[in-house]
Amino acid sequence: MAVSAALSESGAPERTADTLLARLRTGDEAAHLLTLGFAASILLIAGLLVWELFSNSVDARRKFGLDFLLTSKWDPVAGQFGALPFIYGTLITSVVALVLSVPLGLGAAIFLSELAPPRISDALTFIIELLAAVPSVIYGLLAVFALVPLLRDPIQPFLGRVFGFVPIFQGPSYGVGFLAAGIILAIMVVPFIISISRESLLAVPTEQREAALALGATRWESTWHVVVPYARLGIIGSIFLALARALGETMAVTMVIGNTPQIAASLFAPGYTIPAVIANEFTEATSDIHLSALIELGLVLFLLTIVINAFARLMVLATTKRGTTHP
Amino acid sequence: MKKQKRLVAGSVLAMGLLAWSLPTMSPAEAAGTILINGAGATFPFPIYAKWFSEYHRLHPDIQINYQSIGSGGGIRQLLAGTVDFGASDVPMTDEQLKQSKTKVLHFPTVLGAVVPTYNLPGVSKELKFTPEALAAIQLGTVKKWNDDVLAKANKGVKLPANEIVSVHRSEGSGTTFVWTDYLSRVSPEWKAKVGSGASVNWPTGIGAKGNEGVAGFVQQTPYSFGYVELIYAVQNKMAYGSVRNSSGTDVKADLASVTAAAAAVAKNMPDDFRVSITNPPGKDAYPIASFTWLLIPGTIGDPVRKSAITGFLQWMLADGQKMTGALSYAPLPKEVVMKETGAISRIQ
Repeated sequence: MAVSAALSESGAPERTADTLLARLRTGDEAAHLLTLGFAASILLIAGLLVWELFSNSVDARRKFGLDFLLTSKWDPVAGQFGALPFIYGTLITSVVALVLSVPLGLGAAIFLSELAPPRISDALTFIIELLAAVPSVIYGLLAVFALVPLLRDPIQPFLGRVFGFVPIFQGPSYGVGFLAAGIILAIMVVPFIISISRESLLAVPTEQREAALALGATRWESTWHVVVPYARLGIIGSIFLALARALGETMAVTMVIGNTPQIAASLFAPGYTIPAVIANEFTEATSDIHLSALIELGLVLFLLTIVINAFARLMVLATTKRGTTHP
Repeated sequence: MKKQKRLVAGSVLAMGLLAWSLPTMSPAEAAGTILINGAGATFPFPIYAKWFSEYHRLHPDIQINYQSIGSGGGIRQLLAGTVDFGASDVPMTDEQLKQSKTKVLHFPTVLGAVVPTYNLPGVSKELKFTPEALAAIQLGTVKKWNDDVLAKANKGVKLPANEIVSVHRSEGSGTTFVWTDYLSRVSPEWKAKVGSGASVNWPTGIGAKGNEGVAGFVQQTPYSFGYVELIYAVQNKMAYGSVRNSSGTDVKADLASVTAAAAAVAKNMPDDFRVSITNPPGKDAYPIASFTWLLIPGTIGDPVRKSAITGFLQWMLADGQKMTGALSYAPLPKEVVMKETGAISRIQ
């Protein structure tokens, strides 16, 4: 803009520079239109997605109404569908995944950015980013052949003996179940948390650390009280990304969760998640109402993701206001 | 955030490369050959793939593409008219046939069977299952391996007092349909409480994905019980039990006993071939078996396509049947082949 203003000031002939063609030639307008198109296409795709899910689930929405979200019987033979166990399973596995992966990921990120020598940090980060590229079916196989047998015996019986007074560690140990799914999800999302959190921590200006040290803080105090809060937004962003991946993960979860639509307090019990049931039953859903119910589950998952994201954003907003001056 | 951008850029690049490497036009179409598209059941996919490639070798001008997307998907695509034929492990219901714009004909192709498998440490003798025992295990009314229902049929076997960990297929499948169809026939309680279908509301047990998922779970978990396709059990050398048939004989599933099950009902075969052969009469018949069908439209407008499809059906019923054994599928009994050959002329 500054350039074109300067040009038009300098004399009459340059006025033609304002025509659309000329602006296209300089690239400004072209870039503007092109990037606008790209941005709009994302909205368009999201809009189409919601519309497709909404219009194809009309049968199920009409037949079950709000009961769809509040009942737990899923019987394809009788044509009765309630989504509650799937919503519960999706939330529980994601919560377990975050409880395990956030401390682990954040701790690793702090070590890599603040404490490790740069050469080790770079090498480890490279390996961690490789982990993010492993296909989920590989994680699923890993879970089936390595994690599940270990959980069945000795890990879950041990947890039951020691913490058996808490309901979440009670009941028989099959190996497959909420805990197995939560652990494999945690392993899958931890690279995202480490990688993005490390970048945010590295982006904290050195002056912040020096200032804290100058005021007499120890290395750890400066890291924990100054650097981590400064990088808060990036860290929370990494957790969102991890949560989104955990909510939507299908293959690895269905291989280890036990695929039983039930609401159980125990983490040892088999359960079911929304993506898993869609993947399992969609291909062989022959009745219209069954198909419609599965598509409505897709809509529910979409809304669930939006609600969780909105909630998380509000949380960020609240903490930012009362927090430091950093945005 | 820089890393994130790099990740995004990398994946966009990868997707672009992928799209670029996909051919925009299949070479067959370019050469002017006849392309027939089909979709459906996964269970017969290995034999179908063999048949279609063999038939293409014999008739280079005809290429049949088959997507094994599942029986439900096959029926759906046929009804939508996006494929030339469908394939299903489950016959279409009257309601589905009514939805179709043209008449749909069922052609049985091969036979499959489902077998009970288990993992009992310390028990080397092969178990015998009665229909009552199978239904009770799946309903959850029998909880322990040494229950009387199981012990009576297995005299001389020392059954452990452990709990039965039951596992079933989590995804909708023809295997589950055959298994639950059989249970519905032999157990009124099962029929009332659960019924038959590709996916059902299981009263008990854990769901595992695919034959390999069920097999893996059973092999890993002591005192577990599950069901898998016969072909899968044979190819992976899994132990499986015999099942008592309607004549009271304990029959172990193999290609001969499965074909015998089909032969037993072949005499009363309905004209549209939509028949369940679970729990058939006959001393040698294995009771948990089923046909799998090709679903062909009754009227095919294009005469070239029509002759390609009917030609394939003729060949499949003659030479094609000889290839089934090598892939562990049970061939159709002679009576059914004869009847089907006669039915090909119904395609108009």
